[in-house]
Amino acid sequence: MIGQSPLRTVIAHAVLILGILIVAFPIYYTFVASTQTLQTILRPPLPLLPGDQFWNNYTEALFGGVGRIGGVSVGRLLLNTTIMALGIAVGKIFISILSAYAIVFFRFPLRMTFFWLIFITLMLPVEVRILPTYKVMVDLGMIDTYAGLIIPLIASATATLLFRQFFMTIPGELVEAARVDGAGPWRFFFDILLPLSRTNIAALFVILFIYGWTQYLWPLLVTNSSNMNTIVIALRKMVSFADADTQWHLVMVTAMLAIVPPILVVVLMQRWFVRGLVDSEK
Amino acid sequence: MTPRVVFPNKILPYLLVAPQLAITLVFFYWPAGQAFYQSMLRQDPFGLRTKFVWFANFRKVLADPAYLNSIKVTVVFSLATAIVAMCVALLLAVMAEKVVRGKGLYRTLLIWPYAVAPAIAGMLWLFLFNPSIGSLAYMLRSFGIAWDPLLNGTHAMILLVSAAAWKQISYNFLFFVAGLQAVPKALIEAAAMDGAGETKRFWTIVFPLLAPTTFFLLVVNTVYALFDTFGIVHAVTGGGPGKTTETLVYKVYNDGFVNLILGDSAAQSVILMVIVISLTAIQFRYVERKVHYG
Repeated sequence: MIGQSPLRTVIAHAVLILGILIVAFPIYYTFVASTQTLQTILRPPLPLLPGDQFWNNYTEALFGGVGRIGGVSVGRLLLNTTIMALGIAVGKIFISILSAYAIVFFRFPLRMTFFWLIFITLMLPVEVRILPTYKVMVDLGMIDTYAGLIIPLIASATATLLFRQFFMTIPGELVEAARVDGAGPWRFFFDILLPLSRTNIAALFVILFIYGWTQYLWPLLVTNSSNMNTIVIALRKMVSFADADTQWHLVMVTAMLAIVPPILVVVLMQRWFVRGLVDSEK
Repeated sequence: MTPRVVFPNKILPYLLVAPQLAITLVFFYWPAGQAFYQSMLRQDPFGLRTKFVWFANFRKVLADPAYLNSIKVTVVFSLATAIVAMCVALLLAVMAEKVVRGKGLYRTLLIWPYAVAPAIAGMLWLFLFNPSIGSLAYMLRSFGIAWDPLLNGTHAMILLVSAAAWKQISYNFLFFVAGLQAVPKALIEAAAMDGAGETKRFWTIVFPLLAPTTFFLLVVNTVYALFDTFGIVHAVTGGGPGKTTETLVYKVYNDGFVNLILGDSAAQSVILMVIVISLTAIQFRYVERKVHYG
């Protein structure tokens, strides 16, 4: 270990604190704005400390009729977003663990073809096939449904690749031992493979939950009715920067409600989050 | 690869891959095929007749000044976002390596923007820098800067880059921290014994050894700036003022859904696919190298 001068340590701390100020400031300021009256917000500069309207604004946004979002309650929007995020996380893990299991632990004709078919989808993000995918959704009658929000986003190669990579590190002796003991493929899957994959599943879950929660383009396309909007889309609809009648204090409350759940997931499940992030990008 | 021990079932594996394969075929390959097909069709303005035109749409799109402008916008936006996000993150990661006390706390406080949706990040920044009610815009004005991202294209671009880079700092930070931890301490100590100062040690040892991480992040950040930032553009500027912030993905959306020029939009989709495929190929060559030397 090389010693370093106290001055350099101080500089390091100073730079980090400055960095945190930059990183945290927009979020902190949103919180401050969400506790002020509309009049205060409309007259910059905004005070740096929270105001006294916390209770009023939050109850109004949560329980009052917020007409600006097309008569849909914030609760409904949060529910939609939660269903979408959970659906994507659980669905993706479910289908990809199964297909990775098949590809690693079975030998069957077309195995590698299937693997490549899945692998290539890495290169086809929604953004590059917007219009045709939308048309498929219309043809299948999946506009304005939860299935429409979730299913097209759950097939992705990353999760399958991650599980495949992990499964390949499982020693063949383990499979052999299980077979000698008379365990069939299902028994092996539930009693050995799933418990071993717990960490991977948790890590992947955090990443995918955030991924689902922060989706923008897809919900924008497949939801027409305000009832099915996610909170991110609804927030966008509440804001009009041009005209003055945006209810900024309520917009800020909604923004807080939209960013706090995923932030909590990241901060509370930090260990899994960091692991999932670093692993899933290999 | 050594032959693996496998289960002998014949039908079960097909059932296991079926769900993923079905979704992949219906929502990935079918639409992607449609995009290719559409990109070679041209409809008359009333949608009555459709003609097969081979590559005419591509020629038209690539000759369109608006498209060329959008390529330029995208390149500027992606590079600026990637460079800003990576420089800030590298600085913070290097500093975080130096401190002993409070490391965990710093990390926790630095990672949360990752959880903020890009569109919301954009709106928060626009709220801060909105010419009429933004507090930071107020500060800029009091310094005598005529700040107006709603009318000035350069200002709009700066705002988009700040919001996009802000959100990406956490991600880069985590990867740089992981990369820095992998640098062998013995090398640094040896250099210190030979009398190399801290700055010199960083540029001659640490930075070159970080190259794989840096390169990987460059690709990831470029892909992020290209695709995931649609929300920021849509929520903050809507491509404006006057197409100065219209990125390629935003243009595909706009031409397809707002202007309903299907052939052009499909041709643009295909061009985007080619871009993603080349970026992914670059990324995988890098992964291969890592396997070799790692």
